Order: sequence, then structure tokens, then C-alpha cells
Amino acid sequence: MTSNSASVVSARNLGLTFQTSDGPVNALTGVNLDVAKGDFVSFIGPSGCGKTTFLRIIADLEKPTAGTIAVNGMTPEEARHNRAYGYVFQAAALYPWRTIEKNIALPLEIMGYAKDEQKARIERTLELVNLTGFGKKYPWQLSGGMQQRASIARALAFDADLLLMDEPFGALDEIVRDHLNEQLLKLWARTDKTICFVTHSIPEAVYLSTKIVVMSPRPGRVTDIIESTLPRERPLGIRETPEFLEIAHRVREGLRAGHSYDE
Amino acid sequence: MRQESLLRDKLLPISTVVAILIVVWYVAVIFLNAPFERDSAARAGTEIALSDLVKNTMAQERPVLPAPHQVIAEIWATTVNKAVTSKRSLVYHAWITLSATLLGFGIGAALGVLLAVGVVHNRAMDRSLMPWVIASQTIPILAIAPMIIVVLNAIGIAGLLPKALISTYLSFFPVVVGMVKGLRSPETIQLDLMHTYNASPAQTFWKLRWPSSMPYLFTSLKVAVAISLVGAIVGELPTGAVAGLGARLLAGSYYGQTVQIWAALFMAAALAAVLVMIVGFAHSAVLKRMGAKP
Repeated sequence: MTSNSASVVSARNLGLTFQTSDGPVNALTGVNLDVAKGDFVSFIGPSGCGKTTFLRIIADLEKPTAGTIAVNGMTPEEARHNRAYGYVFQAAALYPWRTIEKNIALPLEIMGYAKDEQKARIERTLELVNLTGFGKKYPWQLSGGMQQRASIARALAFDADLLLMDEPFGALDEIVRDHLNEQLLKLWARTDKTICFVTHSIPEAVYLSTKIVVMSPRPGRVTDIIESTLPRERPLGIRETPEFLEIAHRVREGLRAGHSYDE
Repeated sequence: MRQESLLRDKLLPISTVVAILIVVWYVAVIFLNAPFERDSAARAGTEIALSDLVKNTMAQERPVLPAPHQVIAEIWATTVNKAVTSKRSLVYHAWITLSATLLGFGIGAALGVLLAVGVVHNRAMDRSLMPWVIASQTIPILAIAPMIIVVLNAIGIAGLLPKALISTYLSFFPVVVGMVKGLRSPETIQLDLMHTYNASPAQTFWKLRWPSSMPYLFTSLKVAVAISLVGAIVGELPTGAVAGLGARLLAGSYYGQTVQIWAALFMAAALAAVLVMIVGFAHSAVLKRMGAKP
């Protein structure tokens, strides 16, 4: 694999070993991966395969113990200092004492945006996630799906080209999830962001991604990288096409090969 | 949802308990004060009728247990019927104690918050300070109060401040414990979020830790303000203070003025209730401003 200068994320032999009281745990070993600008990359695998760990390394929330990684050509720490990415967590993690617009303003306040600029960006991102008119509400007044959309708006509010999403729809029911997946694709098309998306749903991964990274646990590693052949324009109905099912099948095979079910 | 009714949900349960307490109290008054009446009747060589006995037990000058109406009459006489500047006014004494309470509470709350901020942000302080904070509360306040007053007197500090410092000594503790917990209450995910924004420690404090700690702060403040009052009263006891509810209690016990003691006790209880209520109102007001679910 050659290093690509246009890569947003570029990992070489990346590994992370946690030292626990039960001895070292290999959360991630030998990961080689390039994420190009504008890609939608999904990370899929069972619990303990290191998909979230990899995302957290990109975000400088964990430090790798082996190999190298570059984010926008910088170390993750430099990238974080440059506010290179927006992170969407498993839970919305909205601050309950702030209204939705104040929650979206949080990163803008921290990064020192002017008041009227903050206002314009809040309006714009609320519109992007279809929450216009909900700015004055408190998080508890919104449904789970709306809260998660608000947290996506918060990650989009500042000018990060990279969006890191850690199972953002994992806690939502399937109907809401389908709807949000569709919206997320539209948003991705409109904003031209690069998205790294962690999931353990095969249909979600295939539906959303231009590239699917299949991972397996003990030790956490990449077992397959699938370039999607689906077009960028994807109506929900695409999930019944043979092409879709074929990719889903390959993902499932990859998961099966990497995971011993005897354990 | 059921409509909340003031009469049914607040007044009725409270007044029932009060009524039961008053009945129990009157019965206790009769039994506790009866021996004195029988003794004086025996000394006088007369028999005392039961109805007279009951009546007399509630009108003694220095009863073992004064009757509720005696205490109320004493409170009335020393509050409404006395100028507040009078040395015999309970309002005057309550104010002396209250001023020490509030000063001590203010210093204690501020000290508690500062210590908690230090403990949360500094590992060395976390390790070294907390055991001492806890140890400080194992010393009986009655033992340390005279020492504080004597030492401060020796370096020329007298009056309000020494008493207030005893309140501080008691009240900083719940604030430290509550605020350490409160400032550590943000979830990992909320702290991670701040990390991804590359927020400074000050930003993380003011935008996350401080707002998160508000429910803990007010819960601690309620405890702190009540024990501040206890501290101020205790501070008045060993020093022969001439004014304050503590002085009233002490003087009452010297001269066997049980009615005066009970009146002072009720004043102290009422004061504590009002202080806790004020903190409670502040709590609700702050939470409402922070958009809490009603």
C-alpha cells in the first residue's frame, strides 16, 4: 500500500495494547488503512474488534502503542488542536442544562466564534439535520432520534471536514434508524464531508458506505476492506437489489471468517 | 395526573403530625411535672385534687418540661412584646446568632467549593487533603470550639469572627464532599466531547463541571446552613457569651429557666427551617433556570 497524500486518515501497522490487571489486551493490531477525502467508511465487526478504538485513536482519545497514523497529514493530537474533526458519540451527550441551540453553540463558544457567526451556523446546521424550530427546546423535550440529530448538528457546526461517528444510531429503533440513515446520506452529499462510521449492523454499513472495513476481535484487526460498487445516490429501496445483497453477503462472510463461533 | 392540593398534600399531613406531637407533649408535661406538685402538697400537709394537679403542672415557673402554651407565651413575650434592641428580646439574640451563622456559612461554602475544585483538578491535593478533611469532622466540635475562641482571642480576634469560624469548621465539610462528587459527576462521554473540541481546563470547568455540580452544591448547602447554625450556637456556649441563642440556652440552664431554654430552642429550630427553606428556593430557582424537567 502506498501512502496517499490526499488521505484524510492514513494508518500504517497501527496497534494498541491496553495494559490491564489481567495482562495486556490487544485492542488493535496491524491496521493498514487509507481514508480518502469524501469517503464514507464504515467499520463493522463484533464487540471487541477495535472499531471504536480505531475511531478514538483518530480522535486522539486513545494513543496507539504501535505503528503510525496521520490525520490530514498530521498526528491525531495536532489534528485535534486544529479541530479537524467532529465526533458523534453512541449517546447524544447533549448538556441537559443547555437548549438545543446552546448545545450546538458549545463548540463554537469554545473555539471563539463571534456571536452573530454562531447564530448563523446554528440556523444552518439545525436546517441540515431537519431540526429548524427546535433550537429553543431542552434535550429532554426531544425524542431520542431528534437528540442524536442535534448531536450531529453540534459536530457539523464548526468547519471540520471529517466526521467521526461511533454507532450513533445504535440505541434507536429500526424505523427511526432507516430514516436517519437516509438523512445522513443526503447530508453527506450536501456537505462533502469525509465520514468514518462505526456500526455493527450489516445493512447499515452496506447502505451508507463507499468503503466497508470488516474487523474481527482477539486481537482486534482488519480482515477485509470492501469497496462498494453501489452508486452514490441511494434510495432506501436499493437494499433489495442483488448488488446490495451481494456486498452484504461478502461482509457477512468476512465477519464469519474472522470470528470463531466456537468460543 | 392528580391535581396537587395544598390542603390535602401539605397542610393536612403536617397538621396531623403537629397535633399528635402536642397531645403527647401535654401528657408528658402532666407526668413529668406532677411529682413536684405532689411533693409541695405533701410538705404543706394537704391533699391535692387531680384537676388542680393537672392545672398546676402546666403553670409552674420552672417546670421539668414546660407546656407548649408556656413556651409560646414566652416566645411571644420576648419577640413581639419586646423592642428588638432589648437584651431580653429573642429577636435580638437570634440576630446575633444568625449573623455569625451567615458569615460562617459564607466562608465555609466558599472554602468548601475551593477545596473541592483543588481536589478534583490536582492529584496531590486529592491524595493528601481528603483524609484530613474527613479527620477534621471526627473531632467533637464541643472540644475544639473553646480552643478556637481562646487562640483567636490571644491574637486579638474577638467578636463575630471566632464564632463564625466554628460555623465554617462544620459547614465546609458537606460542601467539599458534595462538590467533589458534583464536579466529578460529568459522564466520560461529556468529558471526551470537551477533549475533542480541544477545550481548555477552564472551559471544561465552567461549561461542564460547574453546571453539572449544581444539584450537588445545593444539597450540600442545605446541610451546611443547618449545621452552621449549630456551630454558631455551640460557639456561644463555652465562652460565656452574653448574647445569642447559645447564651440564652446557657443562661437558662444556669438559672433553671426551662421555659427560656425551650423558647430559645424553638427559635433556633425556626431559624434553621427558614435558612434551609431559603437554600431550597434558591435550588429550585437555579434548576428552573437550567431548564430542568418540571
